[in-house]
Amino acid sequence: MADDVLIELDLPPRPESVSVARLVVGSLALADPSFDEERTSDLRLAVSEACTNAMLAQAVVDDSRPIELRYRVSAASIEVSVRDRAGGFDLDAAQRVADLTDPKRLEYEGGLGIPLIKLLADEAEFRRLEDGTEVVMTFGPESPTGRLVG
Amino acid sequence: MDLQLDVSEHGEWSVLRVGGEIDVATAPGLRQRLVALVGEGRYRIVVDMSQVDFIDSTGLGVLIGTLKRVRSHGGELHLVCDVDRVVRVFEITGLDTIFTMHRSLDAIGAG
Repeated sequence: MADDVLIELDLPPRPESVSVARLVVGSLALADPSFDEERTSDLRLAVSEACTNAMLAQAVVDDSRPIELRYRVSAASIEVSVRDRAGGFDLDAAQRVADLTDPKRLEYEGGLGIPLIKLLADEAEFRRLEDGTEVVMTFGPESPTGRLVG
Repeated sequence: MDLQLDVSEHGEWSVLRVGGEIDVATAPGLRQRLVALVGEGRYRIVVDMSQVDFIDSTGLGVLIGTLKRVRSHGGELHLVCDVDRVVRVFEITGLDTIFTMHRSLDAIGAG
């Protein structure tokens, strides 16, 4: 079995960095025949959500420091870590999302990012660090069959 | 990467054709254009996403906000998309139950 591939990337906390993060994970998934097009789209979406959260948090606190991405490709598995140094956030509040069948859902334009990450990744860990937050997502080749409703 | 935005009028519908990737970098431009349409009194809007390659929750938030605005004026927001990977984002979030979605503009007579 081939050794793991590790890619580390520091990106400035700017909106245009998010597409770079997506491009990298999309390329890694496309290079692995066990990840089909639908699953590749899952990875791009989850990474986009994690990077958007990190970028927005980091840009407010200290835009001179990058967001740090680490991609690890193993046999039939891709792990992506997204780290900021923005002092942490209220994960419990960020996880709350109104029931999508509730008309009151229209009062909220945000709040879908973390639920999407948890749905799309096989494993998703949100680590509170001393100076920020690290999101570690592990993806296998199978897409989830669930939905966020409810 | 910039988002391509093109508005045309089709009877009582304003059709906003969108091309590219909708994320935190490009969503502000989409939001600005949709807010302007509603500000001009266009409350029946179609967002044609047939040329959209990607959308994340930031883009979904813009569409949710627009739906709220047009409904507050008794209007409608319909979405057109036949790109499976984009349609799937609406399906897995359950937003396909909130938005009226079509595979082509012909389905709503605004083509």
